[in-house]
Amino acid sequence: MIRTPPASAGARDQVARLLTLVPFLHHRDGVRLDEAARLLGTSSEQVLRDLKVLFMCGLPGGLPGDLIDVDLDAIQSEAGSPLTEGVIRVENADYLARPLRLSATEASAIIVALRMLRDTSTGDTGALVARVLDKLEAAAATGGAAHVEVTPSPRDAQQVASVDLTHRINEAVEQGRQVRITYFVPSRDEEAERVVDPRGVVSHGVFTYLDAWCHRAGAERLFRLDRITKYAVLDSAVATDPQPPRDLSSGLFSDVEGPDQVVVTLRLGPEARWATEYYPVRDVRDHEDGSAEVDLVVVDQRWLVRLLLRLAPHAEVVRPHEFTQAFTDAAQETLSLYQ
Amino acid sequence: MPAPKSERLLNLLIMLLVQRRPIPKERIRELLYPDSRPDAFEKMFERDKDELRSLGVPVDVATVDPLFEDEVGYRIPPEAFALPDIELTPEEAAVVGLASRVWQHATMAQATSDAVRKLTASGIAVDLDALDIAQPLLTAEEPAFETCWLAVCERQEVRFDYQRPGADAPSTRRVQPWGVVRSSGRWYVVGFDRDRGAERVFRLSRVQGDVRTVGQPGAYDVPPDTDVRDIARRLAPPPMPQHAVVLLVRQGAGQTFRRSAERVDVGVAGPDERTGWDRVELVRPEMGLADDVLAHGADVVLIEPVTVRQRVIDRLGLVTR
Repeated sequence: MIRTPPASAGARDQVARLLTLVPFLHHRDGVRLDEAARLLGTSSEQVLRDLKVLFMCGLPGGLPGDLIDVDLDAIQSEAGSPLTEGVIRVENADYLARPLRLSATEASAIIVALRMLRDTSTGDTGALVARVLDKLEAAAATGGAAHVEVTPSPRDAQQVASVDLTHRINEAVEQGRQVRITYFVPSRDEEAERVVDPRGVVSHGVFTYLDAWCHRAGAERLFRLDRITKYAVLDSAVATDPQPPRDLSSGLFSDVEGPDQVVVTLRLGPEARWATEYYPVRDVRDHEDGSAEVDLVVVDQRWLVRLLLRLAPHAEVVRPHEFTQAFTDAAQETLSLYQ
Repeated sequence: MPAPKSERLLNLLIMLLVQRRPIPKERIRELLYPDSRPDAFEKMFERDKDELRSLGVPVDVATVDPLFEDEVGYRIPPEAFALPDIELTPEEAAVVGLASRVWQHATMAQATSDAVRKLTASGIAVDLDALDIAQPLLTAEEPAFETCWLAVCERQEVRFDYQRPGADAPSTRRVQPWGVVRSSGRWYVVGFDRDRGAERVFRLSRVQGDVRTVGQPGAYDVPPDTDVRDIARRLAPPPMPQHAVVLLVRQGAGQTFRRSAERVDVGVAGPDERTGWDRVELVRPEMGLADDVLAHGADVVLIEPVTVRQRVIDRLGLVTR
């Protein structure tokens, strides 16, 4: 995580930086000005200013041997500008050799992050995280962390899987390798393998997608990560020209505008009203009795019939009429299987 | 020219840190605030102490001379000041790097990287990208989260407007927060409700508007037997009862059911001859089962549980009537 440099060199921030910088230098040899700046998340200019303050500090008494010694000549030019590659040398500051203990917020933030990590990892990794957690909990004996508790939910495990998949896809994109995925298409109730040239991972709304050239479809496709049930990065190189993933900010369905799509109006009873939150709807008109009329863009009639069956009997087609027929036929056929 | 404030703060810190005995206020004044008038010194010294404490520096007040209890002095105990020694293997240090990527909340991510920075300063080499495994992402979208978390760390009372489900309007609550808990993806604050005089749990997404802190940090103690973990367990919704489900699934269809199947009998007698049928057994909660079965239309027939089967038949009947 890169920290944005503090806008002002407030006295408090400056002291905090120095309390971190001095021990850092104490444990390492030959730290350059720019390396220290990177650690502290600030600029070389700022680190130089900080060290000039340190130069004026030391044991009470003010005798030459009591003051902290900083070799300023090594890190600034004669004109006073920072020499980023200059090595910082600080002496007479052994009493600041250890960093300040973790604050309650720092301790609880890192401990909760580690607990989350422990509870979502398995086997050797889980044991490794538990060891780190023991050591940090012992060292950060502050009140805060004891009173923060996280219990991972199944969603978290899913999300870990999706983060993992994103890592792998990005690697494959960098190396220009193909990926074989098994992809589940609910509208067709079909799971099929396909080989794709990955372009990247993109997000839209609550979902994350793999944008890729699909060799099975012979076209660009978006695949929802949570519907990729299996995947493998292949040794084979991608067969299409690499290009950045699409920008989905203008909407997901811009690429399916076509002659196949129909706008269908449904009437949803109050029991089926939730569907408007889950499916892409173009317009919702609420009625006083709690029902609603919604306009949906439908590309695949099978998808619509499945949705209507799922919501049965709380959804009906207002228009076009032919979809009503398809729906009642499907319901009739299904019912006959139970008789 | 007076010394810059940061210089004064650091000199004060060093002076209080290296002394084994508390230093009387008068001596501090002589050494570090030599040109200030008494009242200006008092003010400046108070502010400087507060600044150091806000950084997490423990500034202790103690009696200088056991025989004269009214003379107090100040001291920073080195053992309470410094981060204790932590020995981490390179592999363990990599875990710390991974942990620094977990928080997706700006303030918490900042607090975590501040912690990692201190660990780095203590000599641990934390490589932020050494461990190439996926990490969970911890989010906190509730606006009330940050203030509540900080209030828990500082033990500071909070006030907020809380919308109880079913209540007409939000009511203002005064709470001494004991802990924050995340359960089923939601954040809660647990604490002592000042008006009701009892332990209460609040879902942070139901807090309306800003959370205000009231009074001083360290204003109360969390009861020693408070077990936030236990409260988290009590909060977690009870696991949904699982039911044995038996389905007839048309061959080539019903992928979602097949994926979670415990047993599949291939090629059983089915309700029609159009395709072959498989018998699929699985265990899952009843909730949503009828919906999921119906969505598969004429590809899936539910056999058990019979109560849900009847519900499927009734719902289809209402459509075809």
